[in-house]
Amino acid sequence: MADLHAATEVDGVPLTVNGTPIVARKGELLIEAAARAGTYIPHFCYHPRMAPVGMCRMCIVEVDTGRGPALQPACMLECTPDMVVDTESEVTKKAQDGVLEFLLINHPLDCPVCDKGGECPLQDQTIAYGPGESRFVEEKRHNEKPIPVSELVLLDRERCILCDRCTRFAKDVAGDPLIHFVQRGSSTEVSTFPDHPFASYFSGNTVQICPVGALTASPYRFKARPWDLDQVESTCTTCAVGCRIATQTSRNEILRHQGVDSDPVNWGWLCDKGRFGFEAVHSDDRLTEPLVRRGEALEPVRWSDALGAVAGVVSQVLAERGPTAIGVLGGARLTNEDAYAWVKLAKGVLGTDNVDCQLGDGLPPELVLGTPRATIDEVCAPGGTVVLLAPDLKEELPVLYLRLRAAAVEHGVRIVEVSSLPTGLSTYAAARVAPRPGEIGEVVAALVAGRTDREVGGVAPEALAAAAALLTEGPVTVIAGRPSIAESPVAIVDAVAALLHGIPGTRVLSALRRGNVHGALDAGMAPGLLPGRVTLEVGRDRFADAWPTVPAGRGLGATDMLAAAADGELDVLFLLGVDLDDIPDRDLVARALAGARLVVALDQFANGSSSRADVILPVAGAGECDGTTTNLEGRVTQVAAAVTPPGTAQSDWIVAVELARLLGADLGATRPADLWAELEHVGAAHGGVTTEVLRSPLAVDGIVLPLADPAPYLAAMATPVSISNAGAPVTAATDAETTDDDEAVDEPTTSSGPALLVFDPPEATPPTPVDSYSLRLVSGRQLYDDSIVVRRSPSLAGLRADTVLRINPYDFDRLGVGVGDEVRISTNRGAATIACHPDGDVPRGAASLRYAQPNLAVAALLDATLPVTDLRVETVG
Amino acid sequence: MARLTPENVALAQEIIARYPRPRSALIPLLHLAQEQDGWVADDAMEHLAELIGIEPAEVLGTCSFYEMFKREPVGRYVLNICTNISCQLLGAEDLLHHAERSLGVKAGGTTPDGAITLEDVECIAACTEAPCLQVNYRYRYKVGPDELDALVDDLRAGRLDDEVPPHGTVARIRQHIPADRAAGPAVPGVAGEPAWLTSRPKPAEEASS
Amino acid sequence: MSERTVPKIITSRFVVDDAHTLAGYERTGGYQGLRAALARRPDEVVEEVKAASLLGRGGAGFPAGVKWTFCPPGVWPRYLVVNGDESEPGTYKDRILMERDPHQLIEGILIACYAVGCAQAFLYCRGEMALAQERLAQALNDAYAAGYIGKGILGTDFSVDVVLHWGAGAYIVGEETALIESLEGNRGMPRLKPPFFPAAKGLYLQPTIVNNVETLSNLPWLMTNGAAAYTELGAEGSRGTRMFAVSGHVRRPGVFEVEFGVTTFRDLIVGDQYCRGLHEGRTLKAFIPGGASAPWFFEEHLDLPLEKGTIDRAGSMLGSGAIVVMDDTTDAVKACHRVVRFFARESCGKCTPCREGTDWLEKILRRILDGHGRRSDLALLMDVADNISPGITWPPKQTTICPLGPSAVSPIASALRRFRDEFEAAVGGTPVRVPRREVARG
Ligand SMILES: Cc1cc2nc3c(=O)[nH]c(=O)nc-3n(C[C@H](O)[C@H](O)[C@H](O)COP(=O)(O)O)c2cc1C
Ligand code: SF4
Ligand code: FES
Repeated sequence: MADLHAATEVDGVPLTVNGTPIVARKGELLIEAAARAGTYIPHFCYHPRMAPVGMCRMCIVEVDTGRGPALQPACMLECTPDMVVDTESEVTKKAQDGVLEFLLINHPLDCPVCDKGGECPLQDQTIAYGPGESRFVEEKRHNEKPIPVSELVLLDRERCILCDRCTRFAKDVAGDPLIHFVQRGSSTEVSTFPDHPFASYFSGNTVQICPVGALTASPYRFKARPWDLDQVESTCTTCAVGCRIATQTSRNEILRHQGVDSDPVNWGWLCDKGRFGFEAVHSDDRLTEPLVRRGEALEPVRWSDALGAVAGVVSQVLAERGPTAIGVLGGARLTNEDAYAWVKLAKGVLGTDNVDCQLGDGLPPELVLGTPRATIDEVCAPGGTVVLLAPDLKEELPVLYLRLRAAAVEHGVRIVEVSSLPTGLSTYAAARVAPRPGEIGEVVAALVAGRTDREVGGVAPEALAAAAALLTEGPVTVIAGRPSIAESPVAIVDAVAALLHGIPGTRVLSALRRGNVHGALDAGMAPGLLPGRVTLEVGRDRFADAWPTVPAGRGLGATDMLAAAADGELDVLFLLGVDLDDIPDRDLVARALAGARLVVALDQFANGSSSRADVILPVAGAGECDGTTTNLEGRVTQVAAAVTPPGTAQSDWIVAVELARLLGADLGATRPADLWAELEHVGAAHGGVTTEVLRSPLAVDGIVLPLADPAPYLAAMATPVSISNAGAPVTAATDAETTDDDEAVDEPTTSSGPALLVFDPPEATPPTPVDSYSLRLVSGRQLYDDSIVVRRSPSLAGLRADTVLRINPYDFDRLGVGVGDEVRISTNRGAATIACHPDGDVPRGAASLRYAQPNLAVAALLDATLPVTDLRVETVG
Repeated sequence: MARLTPENVALAQEIIARYPRPRSALIPLLHLAQEQDGWVADDAMEHLAELIGIEPAEVLGTCSFYEMFKREPVGRYVLNICTNISCQLLGAEDLLHHAERSLGVKAGGTTPDGAITLEDVECIAACTEAPCLQVNYRYRYKVGPDELDALVDDLRAGRLDDEVPPHGTVARIRQHIPADRAAGPAVPGVAGEPAWLTSRPKPAEEASS
Repeated sequence: MSERTVPKIITSRFVVDDAHTLAGYERTGGYQGLRAALARRPDEVVEEVKAASLLGRGGAGFPAGVKWTFCPPGVWPRYLVVNGDESEPGTYKDRILMERDPHQLIEGILIACYAVGCAQAFLYCRGEMALAQERLAQALNDAYAAGYIGKGILGTDFSVDVVLHWGAGAYIVGEETALIESLEGNRGMPRLKPPFFPAAKGLYLQPTIVNNVETLSNLPWLMTNGAAAYTELGAEGSRGTRMFAVSGHVRRPGVFEVEFGVTTFRDLIVGDQYCRGLHEGRTLKAFIPGGASAPWFFEEHLDLPLEKGTIDRAGSMLGSGAIVVMDDTTDAVKACHRVVRFFARESCGKCTPCREGTDWLEKILRRILDGHGRRSDLALLMDVADNISPGITWPPKQTTICPLGPSAVSPIASALRRFRDEFEAAVGGTPVRVPRREVARG
């Protein structure tokens, strides 16, 4: 008996829907099982990514579980063996029609002017099944027409059908319960608290999931009708999470981004920066033609003239000083194809290894590429422990924050947060330790070794013990990034090394931030690397065959390149989408610009610093390029051009091809796909991931590099997927990925080709002694910072907030100023005045500033050569 | 108007400590705020949100669900006339209309002197004493027009001050769990199987069978 | 009607002036039931309560002892939540029990906690009941001081806190899952059962027993006198005694504890020791047998015994023990509207059919009363009702989560079917004369 039951549970749950036997998964909701079997049950409140509440009652159907048919909400009912479901019976139909009528009696008939018109489930249901004429002669409910619930979202309460989707999202998914039901019964409405707007980084999702037009986004309002929109599927490259998006356009203009549900990545969610940042694409400030410096002024020139001038100087420098006098900085915002073209140009044609896609605010590529990597799903798998050595993910990788939050709240994943300042995840962390800035390495080493008998790095023994205990449970993953740009990454490197060494099986998920930094690193955009996650030494032979040349030796990273330029040792500097203002250490940047002979900026905007370049080349950006991108897991997905770039702006890869041609080399590419094909061929980590594989139905969520076996993907191409096993591809793809990674853990090689990079931890660096006259600066980023995307997106620009200096109340009291008073801060690099606030979350002896806000550029205070930043704080006047 | 006074914060903390989860104290705390000010002000809701670690919007969501919480100032006395079925059968609507006329306000309104807020309410569990009403949740049974007028006079004249506290105060006696007697809240994830369930010996016949 | 004298099980102290004090309670046999229970094993206490087949008095009438066994084994902590939110129109019994005999309730709570293994109890008293709250608070404080509640009760290893909690005005919070939501600090919106049966997933999703005040008030007597004495009273399936509040058009409205299962409606409404009949010259039009949610009964139902099964089969329910009597002066449309208005006003708003449907029904009836009714309104009322409670059957089917929405259908179905002529008249048909009520009362 028991065995029989066990068998059914494993194999699935048999039931009957409208006379047809189907098999549900164990624990599956009826609405989901029916949908997989091709029976659509109408619904409004149910959303596959949120816990069901069963309150709209639209999905009620007659279900017989042996005690006669009864109406049950399909969205709340788990399938049980042998249940008999009738979604078409008279009783079901009458009940559903009744619900629809109830929803409509107070709903305005303003579909023609409603943003949702044409994509509204309520409208669709009404047209399909609704009663022709209204029997409701009473007066409809009236409310003030749309009221803003935030800067980005408006609420029309008359249209609201109280499905609890937005409010559930805010509370359960985003963890920002700033909108809520208020009042009760027929007076119920969604509302914010007075003067507390729905200021969530995820507010746009509520607009997307609202089943009617009650919530609208101010950037999209009245812009277009759904049927006028063209749509391409793509990947958001605002940050490195790589959320899947649908880019919707009309007449060569991007009007909207919608989240696409990618199971291993974003679950359909987007952050508001990713959702609304497209506004920058159509900014009037876009560069539309090449500019060349003549004295103080930048003058428009033809592409051929601009490129000719660049090629001329480059040839001369090559001849006079050799390839090491040339450097390429940036590239973390390019597509993989752009990145490969530029790596090939720099390393394979010019022969320089001075290439760095990170700007001194990242991590050593060996750590990112050479450690056993974890996927987001692996980090979030129930039963695991996650060590956070990362910046505030809510600010920098927002949808990764959502995934981790869900993992902690719903699946009991234990988060151990190690960071000097609390983050958006602190409240969900099972343990939190706050080391003194710069001392993360020692603290993690102590945790791993179980040395919890005395204080380490400012962390009390009890806190150490609590965190250390968690590291002994379940698989451990590490999320590693740069918690503070004011500290060098050495402490993080030491911390990761300690975990990898001390806890066998530990995997690492990178928390580097820029959109395609991982793809650029994979393409070899870092000193000492060649495409495909191999070192210069290991890959030299292979690339000597593939390329005209290979750099002779390891080149310079970003900071060293700038220093070399400042010292007159580097003549030509290419900037690939680099905002020089953002680089930690503005003093160094200024000296580098002065020292270089030729600075060539490829950019979309003439931002503060690229306008200091000698040649500015307008390039295409997100939404304007075809190709692929790689997220922080190493997952390759496709990006698609939805609109054409403005003026004569070109894709970065074309610029590389043209420059190479002028220098007498052929990069061998006439379209992005050619570049990917070559990268797949030469890149050890890319092997097998052909364009064909990427287009396989099994690869809807992309492919995590390296891929062990492309065969299933290719086989799936051959056999079209049928509806009946529509659920299968996801599983197959997940399985395939898991296998790859399992192999990658122990043997980071592909089946053939050169050995992939392995992280070789350096000796631990001792912490810098504390200077008792200063406070040690911690500086992380805020989502709405002073970056180009935010500044050039009108809807987001206003959301930037000024930063203030936050220090521990103890230090604050010693300073003797009032809350919010201005103080003078200074470092060896610069000084500023800024409002100062006491904050118990900041450890004693530390100071917190957001990195790049409108009122202060921390970059101007930093010295890139120092491991920590000591900040002097004085009263003014 | 106001955030909680320090004394009320202390009381709030005592109340919160009784529950396994702080949020459970929300309704009693909203009553406390209303007791302090006579109504529940936005500032008070924000303060409660801080005290129990939730968002003010969540406090509002709960507060606005319940009819006893007034989010605008009301009279010193709230007069709740029941008009539900048992009282209606015995003339409650006439009583309500009389009250509206004699007080000069419609149900839901407050007299200009701020003394009385009149409400038309649902069943107050005194059906056998219909028609009935409550003034600040103190009952008056079998009320006719004259009794109502007399009551209002007494209230205005302060003759009932001992019996009827100003609006906001419901119970004048509070529960206090003495620390040395408290069993303590049963917190999920912490509290295990109660000792007394297993400590008693099994009877002989059961043990042998 | 039975001739023997029926003991008062739960209202025995109503004649004692100071029964609400600890002294008064102890003097009249108080806390003896708890001592009796503590002398036995918890599972024996459960068996005793099961043997008494004590039906829940909150409305649904489910046997308490059986409910207690539904907690999944091995899941701790368990809670007891006492439902003292009495708000069903016509219902008036829990309040008196809390005001007049608070210690009896507390003793019942302790017995239940001991039996079920609840590590904490929450006594949820209706927000509007100031006196009940004061009496309960005082009783709890005194009982703590006397060692009846808290740590190591009466020197045993039985420890439990009883926390007084109170609401703030929302009828729906009487529904057990809404009560739990409210106790968690939320809007009182019911949860769907399954999966959220309180005994399995209740307060904080832990096993939780929700019992009514009257149900628990039976336990001290039951423990002292035993299940056998209890089952001597009443009829098969409805044992012991029960409290009924009889209100409306009777000479002597009141709250009475009567023998369950055998006493008839006629006994209560007409009997000398109870309500003594209708006023001079009046005839019975209808009566609500078990609170506003119950379908109405009429003359022909008067001789039915107050027995759960019988009443269920006759198409209504004893519900919360609230009998509302309407004589021939009652305007059926008005009475119907008033009850519907109650449900519309008290809908929590979660389910579309209840939120929109009850509001719509109320608006139609209001319009009819205001003289703007249409002939088609009567069919419309029934069809809207049918969309809330398909088939308009008893027990009701529902398109909603909880029974509140369908409850609004009861008065419509009852009144419109029985007094169709009055509704026809109200929408412009032939007038019907409803006699006017005399102004004088009593
Ligand atoms: C709309 C609605 C209102 C209710 N109101 C009350 C109430 O005020 N008091 C009560 O004890 N039970 C009420 N109940 C019944 C409770 O849900 C629950 O069945 C009862 O408290 C269980 O206690 P018992 O088993 O001891 O009767 C109500 C149920 C519904 C559906
Ligand atoms: S039936 Fe009404 S009261 Fe009950 S849950 Fe649904 S909306 Fe709320
Ligand atoms: S979708 Fe099931 S009740 Fe709304």
